[in-house]
Amino acid sequence: MKAIETEALTKRFGNFTAVDSISFDVKRGEIFGFLGANGAGKTTAMRVLCGLSKPTSGRAIVAGHDVAARPERVKRRIGYMSQRFSLYEGLKVWENIRLYAGIYGARSADIRERSDALLRELDFEEGRDKLVRSLPTGWKQKLAFSVAIFHEPEIVFLDEPTGGVDPVARRQFWELIYKAADRGITVFVTTHYMDEAEYCDRVSIMVDGKIAALDSPRGLKEQFRATTMDEVFRILARGDDARAL
Amino acid sequence: MATIETAGIVKRFGAVEALSGVDLVVERGELFGLIGPDGGGKSTLLRVLATLIPADSGKVVIEGLDAGRDYREIRSLVGYMPSRFSLYPDLTVEENLKLFAALFRVPAGDNYSLAGGILEHLLPFRKRRAAALSGGMKQKLALCCALVHEPSVLLLDEPTTGIDPVSRDELWRILGRLKRRGVAIVVSTPYMDEARLCDRVALVMQGRFLDAGTPGEIVERHGRETWAARADGMSRLLVDLRSSPLVESCHAFGDQHHVTPSPGASIERLREEMTARGHRVEIREIVPGIEDCFIRVASAHTA
Repeated sequence: MKAIETEALTKRFGNFTAVDSISFDVKRGEIFGFLGANGAGKTTAMRVLCGLSKPTSGRAIVAGHDVAARPERVKRRIGYMSQRFSLYEGLKVWENIRLYAGIYGARSADIRERSDALLRELDFEEGRDKLVRSLPTGWKQKLAFSVAIFHEPEIVFLDEPTGGVDPVARRQFWELIYKAADRGITVFVTTHYMDEAEYCDRVSIMVDGKIAALDSPRGLKEQFRATTMDEVFRILARGDDARAL
Repeated sequence: MATIETAGIVKRFGAVEALSGVDLVVERGELFGLIGPDGGGKSTLLRVLATLIPADSGKVVIEGLDAGRDYREIRSLVGYMPSRFSLYPDLTVEENLKLFAALFRVPAGDNYSLAGGILEHLLPFRKRRAAALSGGMKQKLALCCALVHEPSVLLLDEPTTGIDPVSRDELWRILGRLKRRGVAIVVSTPYMDEARLCDRVALVMQGRFLDAGTPGEIVERHGRETWAARADGMSRLLVDLRSSPLVESCHAFGDQHHVTPSPGASIERLREEMTARGHRVEIREIVPGIEDCFIRVASAHTA
């Protein structure tokens, strides 16, 4: 079974088509990179896939459920993390973990034990009582990711998880992504770092609401006769910024 | 006289010392980059330079004016773009520009000479609310607003975070143009490829400059022998390389891994070892870049 299946998925706002009839599959356990210029439609597509926004037409099955018909079922079986909002800054690290674990229905007896295990695994036990506000971006993001997969979702959606994160912390973050994928969690990730595109099993590049290309990084480089994913991206996404709006 | 001159800036927040003695000199028409780990002090330094927060001690002189005494004058000479989008989302592009012009008491025309080229990009969207702009456009608008009063100093806190590669190029072309017009620019960035585009860069860590120099000098001082390795199973290769006695450290770099060899190791021996572990591996020596140096220095200081 596929983790995500879409067929002519479309989202319009008034007469503007943000997502224009996209059809693609994501395999279970895959790390899938979802790239595109600012304004190409990535975030809108991701919101539809998470059951947060109803598609105008077309179909999407995520974690076995139709996002239009059963958005609540979808939400329960996925994890989501965005660059902008991830954790409550005014709460302590362990309070954030408890809050999210509770929201996703974990039993309080389990929460304590598993949040200790989580902090141990991150090697962050001394951070337990710190306010999230006081943490460097890299730590916030690692913690937010761990919280997003605390309930062992089938798929985790990551919207620019490493934006503004330094080179060392970015690599540590990707090691967490690999670990999650090894456990069988499907990872759907957007990024503007083209070296990170190379770490994905397959990558799609969105241009003006459509998927302009989709393949493994190696396949894309061959197809576009490029030596790096950065070149592939530039070949597809160039065009003026005005159109990307 | 340099445009920006600081000596021994110290800034504390409660028990935390965010800046522990920063000396920075930036000349007219110089593009100076700040790179460093999250929480290293980059944003605090930019905010001190913008006179938004006072230093606890040390000297901050901008265009010959003292930041403690002459901050009002300094503010009319400095353009600052914070890392979070800080314009009014409910105002249109045009309204934001007019507001900033009014705040700096300059005419709200379309002919800000510094912002010239960028404004042209924005004009088709002048009636659009700032909230509805794409990420790249938002940053261009924020840059325009920081330039309305034609500052001679521009301070940019991660202007390209969240921006796609094509828009990033555009923003850096604009910075190049501003620099040629004589603006002194200090910019922080998490993108190491952007550090290469600066005249000089500083490695900011634990509140101080660990080093500063041209990108070439930084690589010369901190770069070590570096090998690039590639094989079919890259994540397994990373694990095996890290466990090899021939490897001091190893990090993923896009479609290859960069290896710092242990003293006395050779490419041939590492190739043999990896082949013995079942990798069809390709290893060659490469010239290290700023990102290699960054990882080396940052790891050494946090270990």
